[in-house]
Amino acid sequence: MAVSIRTEGEAAGLAPLSNRSTSGASWDQPIILRLVSIVLFAGIWEVAGRIPVSFAFPTFSDTIVAFFGLLADGSLATAYLSTLQPLVLGVVLSAFLGVGLGTICGLWRTGEWLMIPVFIVLQAAPVAAFIPMVTFVYGIGMTAKTLAVMILALPVIVLNTYKAVRNVNESLLVMCRSFLGTRWQTVAKIILPDASPVIFAGLRLGVAAGFVGVVLAELLITPTGIGDLITFHRSRADYAEMYATIASIIALSTLTLVFLQWVEVRVFRPESRGA
Amino acid sequence: MGATALRNGPSPVPAPIDSIVEVRGISKTYGNVEALRGIDLDFPRGKLTSLLGPSGCGKTTLLKIIAGLTRADGGTVAINGKRVSAPGPERAFVFQDFALMPWATVTRNVAFGLELRGTNKAEREETAHRYIAEVGLAGFEDKYPHELSGGMRQRVGLARALSVDADVLLLDEPFSAVDEQNRRKFQEDLIRLRTNQNKTFIFVTHSIEEAVYISDRIVLLSPRPGRVSQIIEPEIDRSGDPERIHRDRHYLDTVEEIWQGLKQYVE
Repeated sequence: MAVSIRTEGEAAGLAPLSNRSTSGASWDQPIILRLVSIVLFAGIWEVAGRIPVSFAFPTFSDTIVAFFGLLADGSLATAYLSTLQPLVLGVVLSAFLGVGLGTICGLWRTGEWLMIPVFIVLQAAPVAAFIPMVTFVYGIGMTAKTLAVMILALPVIVLNTYKAVRNVNESLLVMCRSFLGTRWQTVAKIILPDASPVIFAGLRLGVAAGFVGVVLAELLITPTGIGDLITFHRSRADYAEMYATIASIIALSTLTLVFLQWVEVRVFRPESRGA
Repeated sequence: MGATALRNGPSPVPAPIDSIVEVRGISKTYGNVEALRGIDLDFPRGKLTSLLGPSGCGKTTLLKIIAGLTRADGGTVAINGKRVSAPGPERAFVFQDFALMPWATVTRNVAFGLELRGTNKAEREETAHRYIAEVGLAGFEDKYPHELSGGMRQRVGLARALSVDADVLLLDEPFSAVDEQNRRKFQEDLIRLRTNQNKTFIFVTHSIEEAVYISDRIVLLSPRPGRVSQIIEPEIDRSGDPERIHRDRHYLDTVEEIWQGLKQYVE
């Protein structure tokens, strides 16, 4: 996201700037560092598992073996099939609803007064405490789980979008007005692109919260999907399998966030690519 | 005094034969600060008029009122004889802080005015490329603003204003965020551009040298409240080498004369 501003001497010449010649070299570095960090993490895990830190703490290699075992017998696939439905539904609904509500609150004073306090309270509240209440009202089905995801994901998305829209670059708004932009054009072509970095930061936090929501729902509401797989292997003391399941959902969550960042840079902020 | 025509006093100047912008009795108050009081001005078609004055004289406020970006408390602005109170297609604005969209390439920034008007993509990009070349940025079409220097960014702002083909270009201290070397070059280019483009320029600046260097007409504003104190028409030959102007007698005399007039307002 860092915007590199070239020095005057570099950019003042009227010849087109040469393509970033150093970009290749600077790209290699983070990849090596990331790999080293992953290897280091796996190594420490392996050592800790071998000591062992606890009889319930498997080694990294056992966990990997268990992971492929779960993949092979299909239990991981079945679990994800059931977990992903409320998760994807809840996250997608939260994203659209959240960005929409946030934008409305940012643009419209009355909307701000009506909705923002609710979301501030929701964000501050220990939302997991609502989950039994959601179960009480909506039962133990898909609706309750989707709602659990949304209760966790929605507030941060709404609040980030609202703040980003409110703090949009004033001089760009004036520019758009002076070139005869309509209200709708101002929102679509100036406000949303200008707000997109903060909106996406909110989306990333919201998606991460959605993963928390779905796992909580499966642990607290109905033992299905990933939550059930974790509970099941814990009850049988298959700790390697339990850790493999937990690690898999962490990995999925991370990959989703990386993908979201890729979409943001690709679609909304092309200028920050490689910068 | 020589060839410099000089009119004194705040009284309205007799209207030139063909004035494109007519400002009548404009006043503006911010809270209890009187920014502008009873401004009457005519801006002749095809000329470059500078609004010059110390900070606090309301020159930018006046420009924004002409642009329709700020509402006046009293008085009227007419463009081509028609009263205006909002931005319109016959005026284009160049911003002090450039106001470029950081997420858009130079081409899209320059074409933005046309994009808002619904011109199709091929046509507006062709127009944009023409004006990008006109302001000396050929080869930078696909760069992003953060890859450009301050001077180049303001060239983008100027190209954007030119590409909507407005009759009047309003420039709000366009060079104040540009370093000195680039400013000189840009001023020279502006003189050249003015002869190629048949447009009316209204230019806000606080630099006396800059105003005398590029203007056909200089409106001196006095501060608190902002009023027209003097109108000066430096008659400087700009046809030859722009470098020469800086050593021109009339240029140096006019700069000195304006400084003597403005001195009283500087603490």
